[in-house]
Amino acid sequence: MKLKKNIATSENGFIFNPSTGDSFSSNGIAAEILGLMKLGRSADDIKQHILNTYDVEPSQLDRDWEDWSMQLKDANLTEL
Amino acid sequence: MKKLKYERPLIKKMNAGLMNKFGTRTEFQPVKAIDGVPVTQLISEYGSPLFVLSERQMRKNYRSAARSFKTRYPKVQFAWSYKTNYLNAVCQIFHQEGSWAEVVSGFEYRKALGNGVAGEHIIFNGPDKHRDELILAIENDSLIHIDHFDELYNLIELCDELNKKPRVAIRINMDTGVYPLWDRFGFNYENGQAWNALSKIVGSGRMRLTGLHCHIGTFMLSTNAYAVAAGKLCELAYRCKTLLSTPIQYLDLGGGFPSTNTLKGAYLPGVDTVPSVDDFAEAITTTILNFGFKQDELPLLILESGRVLIDDAGYLLGSVIANKRLSDGRRATVMNFGVNILFTSFWYEHKISPAQDFDQYTEDMVLYGPLCMNIDVVRESINLPLLNPGDHVVVHKVGAYNMTQWMQFISMRPSVVLIDEQQNIHEIRQAEKLEYMEQLEQMPAHLQQYKLA
Repeated sequence: MKLKKNIATSENGFIFNPSTGDSFSSNGIAAEILGLMKLGRSADDIKQHILNTYDVEPSQLDRDWEDWSMQLKDANLTEL
Repeated sequence: MKKLKYERPLIKKMNAGLMNKFGTRTEFQPVKAIDGVPVTQLISEYGSPLFVLSERQMRKNYRSAARSFKTRYPKVQFAWSYKTNYLNAVCQIFHQEGSWAEVVSGFEYRKALGNGVAGEHIIFNGPDKHRDELILAIENDSLIHIDHFDELYNLIELCDELNKKPRVAIRINMDTGVYPLWDRFGFNYENGQAWNALSKIVGSGRMRLTGLHCHIGTFMLSTNAYAVAAGKLCELAYRCKTLLSTPIQYLDLGGGFPSTNTLKGAYLPGVDTVPSVDDFAEAITTTILNFGFKQDELPLLILESGRVLIDDAGYLLGSVIANKRLSDGRRATVMNFGVNILFTSFWYEHKISPAQDFDQYTEDMVLYGPLCMNIDVVRESINLPLLNPGDHVVVHKVGAYNMTQWMQFISMRPSVVLIDEQQNIHEIRQAEKLEYMEQLEQMPAHLQQYKLA
């Protein structure tokens, strides 16, 4: 799962898709994940970073990651 | 190093549409305690879901409503509407406050007797009063409110058999400017049916016509409709006195006052649109006082309020089972309570609060119940903070009709607890168990065994 190249993100969680004009807000953890995705980090890498930083069980993170992927896909922010 | 608090990642599309012209926002305050008792304590002791009733709020509501009427009119009597919530502990609270009982079936009638209400303080309404129940009501000198001519003729026969003269009233339906008209109960005012019934009762000489009753609707948002109804009852009472030489002792305006729940499809929240009990009291009492009764002939004013006295004293505690995303991208949260125990979710957009702290991010979601049935939707669209499985929520204003219309369907009914004025918790109805559910079932002998191939 890769973010589209032209998606603009900011540190405070603002997301802009210049091809559709859609903008999104995100919570802190989503902004952090988007930042890492923009750097080209793999999903496993990012998940490990979250597990190291946040108080969450791997199984919970896995479930939420599924949902996260769906959100990005629904928002048309990922490469097909 | 201590790890940071986790929250699932969320993005939310920003819409550049029109602003909400009312400037209302969804209010999020966690409700962690009810009457000072922590939600987590209640759930750990009595399970989830759980109905919680506040005795303090019930008494406060009653006293406030009684004050609204008694400061405006000299003779007022409340009668607790059993069908709204007939858990015995609830009924007793209202009886302790001075309420009579208003019942609409033999089952409720016997419940009222069991609660120690004297027969003469029971109002027997409803279209389905069985012969044995009528006999019981006659023997107990209860107030029988006649619903139709068949009941009237049956009563005349019973009076002959028993050689008793029961106290009766008739229920009257009428046009009060609120539509659809509730004309299925009682006798119609406009077409003269009500007057015919009154004449027959007095003409029979076998009953004592003591009152006039109406119940013009439910969740009424118009105070003027009550003024119209009171006016028509006064007019009939005047005719009874002058033409039938039968003074009417009481006018029963029924119930129907709304709680501050928000009706489905309503444009504005209930708290902003619903008239107060004071408004209804003003409309009703002003009409009666201005009608022209002599001071010593003012009829007793009876009110059969239920919902307005108990709705906001009831809470439903529940927990999140699961989160999922629907095919169109909408979030869905599955709760452990559904339409089976929260019947009023068919009528209201219930206010639901999280019971724990959360961050400021929120999501629009559908709130489903736990039933394996497509109709089990608690809220079709609600904006709530990010909820995780196991999180608790509090559903507000569920005290009326849920604990009487709940269904044993797919899952059983949960406990009901009462928090008294000293913050003690009392379990007033236990959670149902399989043995209880199967108590009335019987198995024919030829069905007792089977062998699967």
